[in-house]
Amino acid sequence: MAGVVIVGAGECGVSAAFALRERGYTGSVTLISEEPHLPYERPPLSKASKPTQKLIRSQVEYKRAAIELCLGVRIEALDLSRHILVACDGSSWTYERLLLATGARARLFPGTEGAATLRTFDDACCIFQRLYPGTKLVIIGGGFIGLELAAAARAMDVRVTVIEAAPRLMARAVPAEIAAVVEQRHRAGGVDLRLGTQVTSMMAGGVSTADGSTVQADIVVAGTGAAPNTDLAERAGLALDNGIRVDNRFRTSASDVFAAGDCCSIPHQGGRLRLESWRMAQEQGIHAAASMMGEVDDFSTVPWFWSDQYDLGLQVAGVVASHGITTMRRLSEDAILAFQRDVVGRLICAAGVGPGNRVAKDIRLAEMLIARGTHLSSDQLSDPEVNLKSLLKAA
Amino acid sequence: MDKWVEACSVDDIEEEDLVRFDHDGRTYAIYRSPENEYFATDGLCTHEQVHLEDGLVMEDVIECPKHNGRFNYKTGQALGAPACVNLKTYPVKVEGSAVYIDVG
Repeated sequence: MAGVVIVGAGECGVSAAFALRERGYTGSVTLISEEPHLPYERPPLSKASKPTQKLIRSQVEYKRAAIELCLGVRIEALDLSRHILVACDGSSWTYERLLLATGARARLFPGTEGAATLRTFDDACCIFQRLYPGTKLVIIGGGFIGLELAAAARAMDVRVTVIEAAPRLMARAVPAEIAAVVEQRHRAGGVDLRLGTQVTSMMAGGVSTADGSTVQADIVVAGTGAAPNTDLAERAGLALDNGIRVDNRFRTSASDVFAAGDCCSIPHQGGRLRLESWRMAQEQGIHAAASMMGEVDDFSTVPWFWSDQYDLGLQVAGVVASHGITTMRRLSEDAILAFQRDVVGRLICAAGVGPGNRVAKDIRLAEMLIARGTHLSSDQLSDPEVNLKSLLKAA
Repeated sequence: MDKWVEACSVDDIEEEDLVRFDHDGRTYAIYRSPENEYFATDGLCTHEQVHLEDGLVMEDVIECPKHNGRFNYKTGQALGAPACVNLKTYPVKVEGSAVYIDVG
């Protein structure tokens, strides 16, 4: 029986495979991964000084769930009309339903093509085996991966320079007030942060920046965003739109073909949204599995992600608006929350930073308030005495 | 063998919340339910050994503050990925204003 075939065994593909079984799917489930390793979690790779493979599920769990794992297989072609996938080595699979969970790959800007990137376990091994006390590490890009790597490298006494083209860190993902706390922490931690300038070229032993300076480097790593893996979909003729274009149920432009996770873009507030986040990959995989089994609910989960840098934990729920009205709440000396509301006063985003998991509870509550479209005043949001749980219960 | 130890005072925990309790090299989470009953589990999430103390309690559920692993704190049952292994629970009793857990 042809059953379900899933291409890509990251967080999304694995979640979808198990979700099919948990929902009682009895057909065959085949999970195909280009990587040779058992599927593992990616978030720890940029956070620890020694890369470890934390498996998403143990080998025996795949067996128990009758999920056929095909590792080290690169799919070359997808024939939509015949429902066939073909791998590099000529082997092929037919499907009744196909889920593309092909993820994203590191994006490199002109002049930085020689930089290392950090997406996979093998990438992490390559980078960390070259880091020793005193090694000169240049990180291009002050986003999450770059900053997590900077923090991990500082813990190893590596000399770290971060070069970010924007005037501040994490400009795409968190409000300025939160980014400022993180910036201060990196400077205190001994990172040479260079904002508002970009790397124009790389040469032996260093990089040149747009402001005319050169920075010495033993190793250069770029964390300058990711591009969705859409090659297979594009060759097959699926509609693309900043990733594989899907509807609210993860259906692509072809019948029986679904896409979820970092490789797809979903409808969002009249536009489209492509997310690169561990939990969203899981949630979308689970939803896509339900959708493949004929369930008809639209996906409406509020985006959520986290980052760990030094002793700081950062969490964001919702999507940051570049021009939203921001209200701050100070939880303690070293922990703050930033809330954004839309023009009619509904909460749309909450971000927080503090030691350890200090902001977690409030961000989780804010996520539920966002999901309910709750109207809140700036007084309610700014006052730390106003319990978000009571606001949720009153909503 | 029973080994009751005093973990906290009844007023140390808000309703529908938890506190951390460390004892003898181990760490625990003590909960007060919305019905004003007290419960205890291991303090660390079974997914990635993150302490549950900053997690959110909603009704019968504790959610890990890091990756949203969810457990029923009354039974210890893991409620879905990424939490796949149940939390160990401990008997609790209240005497006067003190909350005791049986770590034996």
